[in-house]
Amino acid sequence: MAEVVMQRGLVRHEGRLAMMATVAVLVGVAFMTIGLRGNLDFVVELRAVRLAAMVLVGVAVAVSTVVFQTVCANRIITPSIMGLDALYVFCQTALVFALSGFGFAGIDPRLHFLGNFTAMTSLALALFLPMLRRRFDLTLMLLTGVVLGVLFRSLTTLLARLLDPNDFAVLQGTVFASFNAVEPDLLLLAGVITVACVAIAWRARHVLDVLALGTDTAIGLGLAWRGTAAGLLVVVAALVSASTALVGPMAFLGLLVVSLTERIVGTNRHAILLPAAALTAIIVLVGGQTVLQHALGGEGSLGIVVEFVGGIVFLAILFAGGRR
Amino acid sequence: MIEIAGVSLALGGSRILDNVSLTVPKGGVTALVGPNGAGKSSLLSLIARLRPLQSGRITVDGLPVDTTPSRQLARIMAILRQDPGVASRLRVAELVGFGRFPHNRGRLTAKDREIVAASLEQFDLSDLALRFIDTLSGGQRQRALVAMTFCQGTDYILLDEPLNSLDMFHARNLMRTLRRIADEHGKTVLIVLHDINHAASYADRIVAMKDGAVIASGETGDIIRPDILESIFGFSMRVENIAGRLTVLHHA
Repeated sequence: MAEVVMQRGLVRHEGRLAMMATVAVLVGVAFMTIGLRGNLDFVVELRAVRLAAMVLVGVAVAVSTVVFQTVCANRIITPSIMGLDALYVFCQTALVFALSGFGFAGIDPRLHFLGNFTAMTSLALALFLPMLRRRFDLTLMLLTGVVLGVLFRSLTTLLARLLDPNDFAVLQGTVFASFNAVEPDLLLLAGVITVACVAIAWRARHVLDVLALGTDTAIGLGLAWRGTAAGLLVVVAALVSASTALVGPMAFLGLLVVSLTERIVGTNRHAILLPAAALTAIIVLVGGQTVLQHALGGEGSLGIVVEFVGGIVFLAILFAGGRR
Repeated sequence: MIEIAGVSLALGGSRILDNVSLTVPKGGVTALVGPNGAGKSSLLSLIARLRPLQSGRITVDGLPVDTTPSRQLARIMAILRQDPGVASRLRVAELVGFGRFPHNRGRLTAKDREIVAASLEQFDLSDLALRFIDTLSGGQRQRALVAMTFCQGTDYILLDEPLNSLDMFHARNLMRTLRRIADEHGKTVLIVLHDINHAASYADRIVAMKDGAVIASGETGDIIRPDILESIFGFSMRVENIAGRLTVLHHA
């Protein structure tokens, strides 16, 4: 009897997934086709690149947040607590400061991407790899990340004060997430990293279910906890670094998407949660960009819109949380 | 056989275990008793490799717990800690199913499903199978965790105060089940107990700890004696033979 009902539960989850996939495809089609005019080849290619970037970033942000929350056993945390986005903003500020806005714009985009990616993953490795050798507290490491984040933010503020107003405007363009100027080469590079990391996370979906039971129970069930957790955190760092280096910081999106997804699918099983969160992220990003472009008429920054709307939705979820 | 040799443990400068050596033979129920803070749970955590060994050596079935791959150990030894929180939003049947993880890495086979169903039945959970863990009472949740531990199907089972928050019916049911799997399937059960009469009734052997050291260990009949009990718990109590069972009158 139990078997049948469980099976039915699974079918229900899969039904929700199929529904979300349909919505995602519809939103994608809307984004590609609404208001299409002028030089079609050019416009379609431009939109396709943007769409691909949004799908990539959505998947990276969603998967990294789910995995990070599971490893940290905390459902209201985001990978931005590691200070990676603060480091990214600091690096851009330092570059603009050193090279001026003009020199900054002249950096080879591939070199720039790889530099940012390397800086962020190195920070994450420096934070998490000591965990493998010594018995280090995960909380302590996260706290280190928070402190480093504060350090980078203060340095950023300091440098930004010293910047020329024109340079500052250039900087503002890079530190808010935006899909308007994505290089196709970089898309490929970020795509390879993201696909590899997502494949690892998907293979680990059952392991993630066990990790979510708590450290002691997971070890009792035969997980090598420290190695597994450190490995997964490196995957998270690579995902966050790739998406941040591609379009800028989108940390808040993850928190919003995962909270929404958990309420939609009603399960913590990663086999459902991972794809569902990725689909939600795609819907939010592509839908948000479509609305921004056509309803609000602006070519503004989606990052700002997502953080504004996301913040309100998140508060609403928290206030409504009691009824569960 | 579980062999513990020269194990010490210090946490934040205070000594928790002091040069503990102990052998738990294969088969049968061994009860670990002693006052609060004696180091019983810490010793269990070390045997179950939940904590890294600081000094000494522990082997289970000849496998050193600090160097053997965790997965290999999970197939011969299951541990239930005191009150492990379950953060995930899971149904009872799903939680119990995780006990099969060391064998199937998350893909339940038909045989696994049979074992899960039997375990649910065994611990009177069939009616609760579809309830979410966070809607259960403390005792029901404890039974679900015990069922998960049993599902692991290991030769060695370590239980840290599993009777906590169980009612009399389910406490007796659990102790009888432990007795039965030890007798019929040759399992080795190491269980931390606070009710000395449960130990007296169901255990083959009793190991008594106090202040981080083993102060007595032997057959149940040799430990359930007024002088030894007084040295363990620090007050005198009568031991009577009531209807063929040693009974400690510790409430007077």
